[in-house]
Amino acid sequence: MKTIADRLIEDEGLRRGVGRLTPEKIQKVFKELVAGECGARMKTYMETCVRCGMCAKACHYYMSHKDPSYTPVAKVSQTMWRLFDADGKVDPEVIYQCAQVAYTECNLCRRCIHYCPLGIDTGYIISVVRRLCHKLGVTPQYIQDTAHSHSATMNQMWVKDDEWPDTLQWQEEEAREEFPGLRIPLDVEGADFMYSVIAPEPKFRTQLIYQAAAIFHAAGVSWTMPATPGWDNSNMAMFTGDSEIMARVERAHYEAAQRLRVKRIVMGECGHAFRAVYDVANRWLGWKWHPVPVVHSVEFFWELIQQGRIKLTHKFAEPVTIHDPCNVIRGRGLMEKLREVVHFLCDNVVEMTPNREHNYCCCAGGGVINCGPPFKNVRIVGNSIKAEQLKATGVHWCIAPCHNCHGGLDDIISKFDLNMHTKFLGDLIYELMEKPE
Amino acid sequence: MSFAQSWDFTPGARVVADDLRQCSREYEWLEEPHVSPDGERVAMVAALEGPAFTMAVNGEAWETTFDKAWYPRFSPDGRLTVLVQADGDWTLAVDDVAWEEQYGYVWNTMFSASGDIIAACIQQDGEYGFSFDGTPWETLYENANQPVISKDGNAAAAVVQVKSLAQADVVTFQEGIFSVAVNGEAWDSIFVNCWNPVFDPAGKNVAATIRRSLYDYSVAVNGKAWTGSYACAWGPAFNPATGAVAAPVRKAGAWGMAIDDAMAWEPRFGQLWQQAFSPDGSKLAAIACTRFGEFTVAVDGAPWGATFPVVTDLTPSPAGARFAALASDHNTNFAVLCDGKVWDGRYDMAYAPVWSADGAHLALAVEKAGRQTIVVDGKAYPQSFDKCYAPAFSPDGKLVLIRALAGGKCHRIVAPVTAFTG
Ligand code: SF4
Ligand code: SF4
Ligand code: SF4
Repeated sequence: MKTIADRLIEDEGLRRGVGRLTPEKIQKVFKELVAGECGARMKTYMETCVRCGMCAKACHYYMSHKDPSYTPVAKVSQTMWRLFDADGKVDPEVIYQCAQVAYTECNLCRRCIHYCPLGIDTGYIISVVRRLCHKLGVTPQYIQDTAHSHSATMNQMWVKDDEWPDTLQWQEEEAREEFPGLRIPLDVEGADFMYSVIAPEPKFRTQLIYQAAAIFHAAGVSWTMPATPGWDNSNMAMFTGDSEIMARVERAHYEAAQRLRVKRIVMGECGHAFRAVYDVANRWLGWKWHPVPVVHSVEFFWELIQQGRIKLTHKFAEPVTIHDPCNVIRGRGLMEKLREVVHFLCDNVVEMTPNREHNYCCCAGGGVINCGPPFKNVRIVGNSIKAEQLKATGVHWCIAPCHNCHGGLDDIISKFDLNMHTKFLGDLIYELMEKPE
Repeated sequence: MSFAQSWDFTPGARVVADDLRQCSREYEWLEEPHVSPDGERVAMVAALEGPAFTMAVNGEAWETTFDKAWYPRFSPDGRLTVLVQADGDWTLAVDDVAWEEQYGYVWNTMFSASGDIIAACIQQDGEYGFSFDGTPWETLYENANQPVISKDGNAAAAVVQVKSLAQADVVTFQEGIFSVAVNGEAWDSIFVNCWNPVFDPAGKNVAATIRRSLYDYSVAVNGKAWTGSYACAWGPAFNPATGAVAAPVRKAGAWGMAIDDAMAWEPRFGQLWQQAFSPDGSKLAAIACTRFGEFTVAVDGAPWGATFPVVTDLTPSPAGARFAALASDHNTNFAVLCDGKVWDGRYDMAYAPVWSADGAHLALAVEKAGRQTIVVDGKAYPQSFDKCYAPAFSPDGKLVLIRALAGGKCHRIVAPVTAFTG
């Protein structure tokens, strides 16, 4: 069987990281991690896996490469089992391999849980491998840079404190040409909700902020965005394994909402950010639930439609398909709401199969796309199964309410010549809604 | 006589503005009302035709108009400030007079405690720092974050980037590119990260949380780092009496309180933050998680009895070494915690608590079923409003100033503490 050793990819961050390691240092950090941070869950997973291989079919990497070393169980056997077998005393090169598997060959998409008769969460095991790699300083260069940005600016893309309000004001001004009186209300205490986005929106995808503002304006809702750091809900530190920075970023996000005394946080169309805010970082900080309720855009748009606050001039006529982002579908169960929103907007919906909680991941998520150019090819080729799934629908439009999914799907679409375009729900709502004068 | 002492504390109710939609100039729209600390004026950004923006104060528009205006804030001494743009440049306007100096951008207006000094963050030609009453720092930096000013307003500090960083240059970052600048002058020491700079009450010393490597958290005081290395640390605070520095630190998976680099509260908490000393320095309190999902306040390391899913807004009293905080569950069902006791009322939302100067009384704005009112010592004012601003006590602590909006009017009520009976 081929192994990760047969396909090593050079990455500056990984190479430099392992250069500083010795087997003794690795063992020390591994043992501390197991003793300090891995409770019964890891032990149970390690002890109960029966190596049945039922999880193989779950993983788009395996389904695409058809190479057994890409199966979920093989990812674990090449990383965590290997480490446990050696009591953590492994050659630095093994850590390079562990890091490449953990950061670039698993999207933490959790599809495989649904296929494992014992319910083993490979995504969890792989995130612990990432935590170890972070502690050993062996992380891919590009995603590490985003974690650095988070630590210094509380956002993912080195957006400076003035650039954020300045960008919003500029979007507001543009939008007022189309909607006189439209506001992007900054730092309004007591608004109904705080709207938060990921840093790529002010940086590259400002039209998404424009569209959200237009939709909220048309719907007549009470909203605000913080003028201070805490506005970015994304969290790449969660994916590098830097839990401390992950928590600091999330604390800033929740504290912005608490300071503004909003009733809840509505998050833009991003899957991983939702996972960080809704599920992971809040718990690391000690909260069992959320200090402030969090609502993903899918659910928020669904509410606006239920309340009759969004009216359409017409429906989208061309056939569309729906991509179910793992983090809000498997992670939050929004599959039916997503469909209700899409059917409200579109006349002709062609489901891809499998779908809903069994949907294949886009292969960008879990921080994989953020590992940058060195790993791009594996990620794209590693998702031919997704390409086949998209192609089989025969449609030209794919709706995906997740930033990373757009990145991943766009790459697959161009690589496999699928003649498709991706859309956010916000794109469609903005395009189809009745616009106030 | 300070501004606060000059306020009209004659008991009774007055309408300060009887039509919040009224303005001396024709407008397209008016934005959120802001009420002066003494409750005598209500100000809104007014969007005029053009488009142009100005401030409307008790229905009177300023003479000056701007291309943009945002972040209106009253200073503690009652002056109205707003961030404005004219001809592409930004500055700050105070009571209808803009600072002469203009910048690429201005934001985050800050005031000294008495309000006599106004400062703001500035960006000029891609460099960052502060402006005090219009005068910028001599040295500006590639980036500046987490700004803070001293109580007397004579000093400001921020985390500053002192070395350039190329795209995706993880090596230089991990060698350290950040420091803390105080009045424009950066510490000699450079760290991987600095966070939460804070002044002592005299404005003479600055402490900050630092990270020396991705894993080595600590605290630096005036640029000198503690030797202790922790798995994580939150922002520090100075003991106002002794100058000692306290910071929550994480060790072996739990949080404790380090004071001057020695563990003062053993690490046995699931979370520990927002620590605050009583002004006499005799007590230290912090929001603490005693078990997963259970938060309370710990004073000198001893947690209060009642726990809640969330605790926020820890507020020490100005005198008497008392502490108050808010508890909530999923951002609703707010309760007030005061010296370990839980007030009876439960609210849909609660705002920051305010102490009387002698520490005898505690007041705050609360919301229930969409209506707001002021609660003092657990008892509500018998009238509700659309919106209440933070209450204030008279200097002797016997009277409470209520600033509120209702029925399209701005109300100013002075009520004795005994009038809160609900
Ligand atoms: S990518 Fe998804 S399916 Fe594959 S191993 Fe990781 S979590 Fe499981
Ligand atoms: S399906 Fe579950 S038990 Fe079977 S190999 Fe995969 S992880 Fe192990
Ligand atoms: S990017 Fe989208 S499909 Fe991929 S893991 Fe994230 S949510 Fe799932």
